[in-house]
Amino acid sequence: MLHIVNKSPAERNALESCLRVAQDGAAILLIEDAVYAATRGNTAENHLRDALSRFKIYALAPDLEARGMGDRVMAGVATVDYGGFVDLVAEHKNCQSWL
Amino acid sequence: MSSIEVNGKSYETDEEGYLVNLGEWNEDVGNYLAQTENVAMTDQHWEVINFLRDYYNEFQIAPAVRVLTKAIGKKLGPDKGTSQYLYDLFPYGPAKQACKIAGLPKPTGCV
Amino acid sequence: MSEGAIKKFMFVNRKAPYGTIYALESLEVVLITAAFDQDVSLVFMDDGIFQLKKGQQTKGIENKNFSPTYRALDGYDIEKLYVEAEALTARGLTEDDLLVDVTVMSRAELGKLMDEMDVVLSF
Repeated sequence: MLHIVNKSPAERNALESCLRVAQDGAAILLIEDAVYAATRGNTAENHLRDALSRFKIYALAPDLEARGMGDRVMAGVATVDYGGFVDLVAEHKNCQSWL
Repeated sequence: MSSIEVNGKSYETDEEGYLVNLGEWNEDVGNYLAQTENVAMTDQHWEVINFLRDYYNEFQIAPAVRVLTKAIGKKLGPDKGTSQYLYDLFPYGPAKQACKIAGLPKPTGCV
Repeated sequence: MSEGAIKKFMFVNRKAPYGTIYALESLEVVLITAAFDQDVSLVFMDDGIFQLKKGQQTKGIENKNFSPTYRALDGYDIEKLYVEAEALTARGLTEDDLLVDVTVMSRAELGKLMDEMDVVLSF
């Protein structure tokens, strides 16, 4: 299953909820303000690093670049472009957006 | 949406005649927009237009008149950094007319 | 326009850019307020500090990159920019990551400053 999160971890609990609910092996795609969660030095970093052992975590590159954060993605998180976003949706049988 | 035609090419404008895509601007378009504003372009006019375009490229906004006046004074000399000078060139207001001719959107906080 | 007493205005920016419209709306109101010769302070706290992050490139998301406009504020005589120290730390950022000169302040100091204002606008 693919989980999509678009809220900043500092502002909403969407990512937290997602990490609590998602099953091992799930894919989690961070887009829009959620990409901040995947950057080095943010307070959610350790949280997300722990999650990396259970999930495959992606962040949308155009959203990282828009926010000036393209060069500080934490290790273990894969970046994808819009094509990759579409591929992820197509590869998984269902999808939950944590709005 | 309205449009203007310059040299056989069509350019989209908003309902007040401001160019929609500032990337499409060129001097001919500037001259055409000046004509619609009844402004006869001189080197002094172009100096202000080019300044406005540079300002927009740097800051991504069209400056308010007060800001423009001050910045022009700094860049082109204190004799040009007065609202009198700018209004002599653009009688209906540097914001309204100069920004339009420069292909910029209407200034934010234009009063 | 200069009639009447000058009031102390504070704009409190707490949202990241692009994800919501707040940051851009705030910036536009600030630019308009500048025409009225008031005493304007801008505060960036929580995710709002991301508005000032260097190196924003919005081509990919087809949004207008309005971050260069913060550099125009000086020309609008808006020189009081305050950034929450704790917010920088919590996001792995330092003052060097910001595209304008700011005063970094603790939450406690910001709270005191906020108390001194006549008008506080929240974004």
